[in-house]
Amino acid sequence: MSTKNQTASFGAKLGRLARDNSVPIMFILICAVCIPLAGFSGGYLLNEIITRMGRNTFLILSLLIPIMAGMGLNFGMTLGAMAGEIALILTADWQIWGIPGVVLSMILSIPLSVGLGLLCGKILNMAKGREMVTSYIVSYFINGVYQLVVLYMMGSIIPIAHSSIKLPRGYGIRNTVSLLNMRQCIDNLWAIRVGGVKIPVLTFLIIALLCLVILWFRKTKLGQDMRAVGQDMNVARDAGVDVERTRIISIVISTVLAGFGMILYLQNMGNISTYSSHSQIGMFCIAALLVGGASVDKASIGNVFLGVSLFHLMFIVAPAAGAKITGDSMIGEYFRVFVSYGVITVALVMYETKKRRAKASLGRQLELEQKGADK
Amino acid sequence: MTENAPLLEMKGIRKDFFGNQVLTDIHLSLKEGEVLGLVGENGAGKSTLMKILFGMNVIAETGGYDGDILLNGEKVRFGSPFDALAAGIGMVHQEFSLIPGFTATENILLNREPRHKAGVVSQIFGERLETLDRKKMQDQAASAIQRMGIRIDPDMVISDMPIGHKQFTEIARELSKDQLRLLILDEPTAVLTEKEAEALLASIRGMAASGIAVIFITHRLQEILDVCDRVLVMRDGYAVQDVPAARTSIPEITKWMVGRSVDTSASARADEQLETGRVIMSISRLWVDMAGETVRDVSLDVYEGEILGIGGLAGQGKLGIPNGVMGLYEAGGSVTFDEKPIPLNQPRSCLDASIAFVSEDRRGVGLLLDESLEWNIAFPPMQIQNKFLKSYLGGLIKWRDEAAIREVTSRYVDSLQIRCTGTRQKAKELSGGNQQKVCLAKAFALEPRFLFVSEPTRGIDVGAKELVLNALKRFNREHGVTVVMISSELEELRQICDRIAIVSGGRIAGILPATRSSEEFGMLMVSQVK
Ligand SMILES: Nc1ncnc2c1ncn2[C@@H]1O[C@H](COP(=O)(O)OP(=O)(O)OP(=O)(O)O)[C@@H](O)[C@H]1O
Ligand SMILES: [Mg+2]
Repeated sequence: MSTKNQTASFGAKLGRLARDNSVPIMFILICAVCIPLAGFSGGYLLNEIITRMGRNTFLILSLLIPIMAGMGLNFGMTLGAMAGEIALILTADWQIWGIPGVVLSMILSIPLSVGLGLLCGKILNMAKGREMVTSYIVSYFINGVYQLVVLYMMGSIIPIAHSSIKLPRGYGIRNTVSLLNMRQCIDNLWAIRVGGVKIPVLTFLIIALLCLVILWFRKTKLGQDMRAVGQDMNVARDAGVDVERTRIISIVISTVLAGFGMILYLQNMGNISTYSSHSQIGMFCIAALLVGGASVDKASIGNVFLGVSLFHLMFIVAPAAGAKITGDSMIGEYFRVFVSYGVITVALVMYETKKRRAKASLGRQLELEQKGADK
Repeated sequence: MTENAPLLEMKGIRKDFFGNQVLTDIHLSLKEGEVLGLVGENGAGKSTLMKILFGMNVIAETGGYDGDILLNGEKVRFGSPFDALAAGIGMVHQEFSLIPGFTATENILLNREPRHKAGVVSQIFGERLETLDRKKMQDQAASAIQRMGIRIDPDMVISDMPIGHKQFTEIARELSKDQLRLLILDEPTAVLTEKEAEALLASIRGMAASGIAVIFITHRLQEILDVCDRVLVMRDGYAVQDVPAARTSIPEITKWMVGRSVDTSASARADEQLETGRVIMSISRLWVDMAGETVRDVSLDVYEGEILGIGGLAGQGKLGIPNGVMGLYEAGGSVTFDEKPIPLNQPRSCLDASIAFVSEDRRGVGLLLDESLEWNIAFPPMQIQNKFLKSYLGGLIKWRDEAAIREVTSRYVDSLQIRCTGTRQKAKELSGGNQQKVCLAKAFALEPRFLFVSEPTRGIDVGAKELVLNALKRFNREHGVTVVMISSELEELRQICDRIAIVSGGRIAGILPATRSSEEFGMLMVSQVK
């Protein structure tokens, strides 16, 4: 009897494991099908993934803290990305290159990120429970402000010296700002090659440091408060936690980290697409995190790394595989956007129904049932 | 500070909720180390009075109160619970206030966590970046649990806890506060089993002995006589009696409470008639993995149209049976209903088979507190059975049938005597006992073929108990609904059940007709206790 029970519960556990990780499993399967079709060499794939990991991981990590505070997958990070870009444009104009340029940009981005984070946090406090959508709208709004600043104020009010950056009309910034003198300065310092695969050691060290900081942060009083606020705002408030302030701090941390992340990202790319670099970065980061198995209310560092690898692996192999099958090379770009929006939509719908159901009296029962059906 | 002034005095307290007068000229006083029992019918105003004392925000938001509160002779007016806490008042609410994903320790020390001092980072960025001192947290929580005198696992996550332990976690949280002088316990024993309640009463005596005054609200009047020094009886917002507990009795208190005599002696059913009709539900070799209520190898047949009681001591597994069958906890074995197998671990399958469940954990899965009574009662039938929907264009458009919804709701408000200002009132504005009645109404409105009810009279006052039990019985007799009622009160089971199964050690120790003597049931209860 008892062994039967054990096998039954082992089976149930395995089932639950599969259900809880259905998204990553799905993407592993997609990759597994596409890799042989695409026909890339292992070395090439590894090299690409390592590069993209170095480029994106920091940005995605910036999403973790708001999730901990119960604010969901937050587009607030896009604001930080814009702050990072503005800082980079200024340092580029001042001709401060290389690592000093990166460091200066980071320092410059902090006040901008903090300001935008405060604003976003305040707005999100007015829209509790709808943080994701609200932050998406806020990011649109701030994008407008960003364009105003970059397109009209830079060069006219904010001094911009170099014509390589300025638009020919005398004010406004060009579509692309080259960061050639800064390109991969962090990635290349201490980089090593293992069997043809380039490993940007310093970048990975920085990422590792951020992971450690996040782990440490979870152990602090503020981290504990965020977890409490994230799980039940009312209980936390009853216990004397300043819920609003705690939530704002989590957004500010996120925008500041996103600002740094964007600078790391762009130093790897080697140029800024002034008007579009940031526009989809939030979407891709969130999608990658979801692919890694995170949900709106739960995400770990493990999810980040798994997500980065899977999401980008798919982006490398799927277009090639798609082109092989259909003979159309455009399919890859469609696929990229389609999948990111798709992943986010599905995850959101799943979460919303889950939330509504859980709120309903029979919620738990129905939710469990749905999980059963998902299998 | 005035010498010899009582610890607490409340004078002429009045409160109305938008014209609805719920408290009128309440006086009460309390000395150090004294235990005051507060009793009254559902909706008499007990919780409201305590919310005023504790400075809860709902009071200020709904227009404040009149009258004075004096602590040690000094007038106080708390703007928030934090002021009350600082003045040494602690309160355990009728609703839980715990973070579900935190352990007992984390909840006990919520927002009062001891920390490692003086890291470099925290000196620059402020003390919220100090790391938590987990070791010290363990110690402090352990010592609060020790003081309470009831053992709970400090490392268990709240959502995994049996409901009684959640209650103890809250009490331990109050006891971990050094400045505590007065502890308010609002129906703490409602969710406890008899054994747990006894432990709590002992714990209250311990607190009183150490000088902490306690205000204790309960509907179990025996507990008042057991532990209180004085009793304050409330009726319809008036304090009708304030007497030493030693000089009164249960019938007397009851009379004061409801303004008439109530026969509280349970009348067991007279007709000994074991149903031998058709088996409607057959449970075989059921096991359920529910913390604190594990079920082992239970086989049980339920006959169509009967009321089957399931009783037993605390933690012996009686609650596990409905929770397992309904798929809320992991279970194994087999269950057939109406000759069709019911897959376990899939709650929807039970609902589809027209089996309803009123959970003992009404705070957890019970009500949509921010919604109206109408919505609470009509939502499940609408969701599951498409009731109360008018369809147009051949079902393409479905519209809520507001009139029908209002009609059923007011029918249940009348028959269960739910005290409310109207069917549109929000569930959270009802008193605790009336919320419990709404839970029952909700299940009735589903018109199931089979109903599990767990602890149906929890939090219900003595006068209304009869009413609720009779409603269940009527539901059974008039609609032919098979009812399985789980209760820790044997007398209550004997009052309406046809047969009673006693669970002991996770197994069925025996099934007897309800007419057998309490001794026989008592023997079964302890037969396999582990
Ligand atoms: N927030 C509120 N808004 C409007 N009315 C309220 C509110 N809270 C309580 N009431 C009303 O005040 C009355 C007293 O409620 P209270 O909760 O004090 O009763 P109680 O004595 O604690 O009852 P029970 O034994 O059922 O817990 C009830 O009629 C209730 O409907
Ligand atoms: Mg109450």
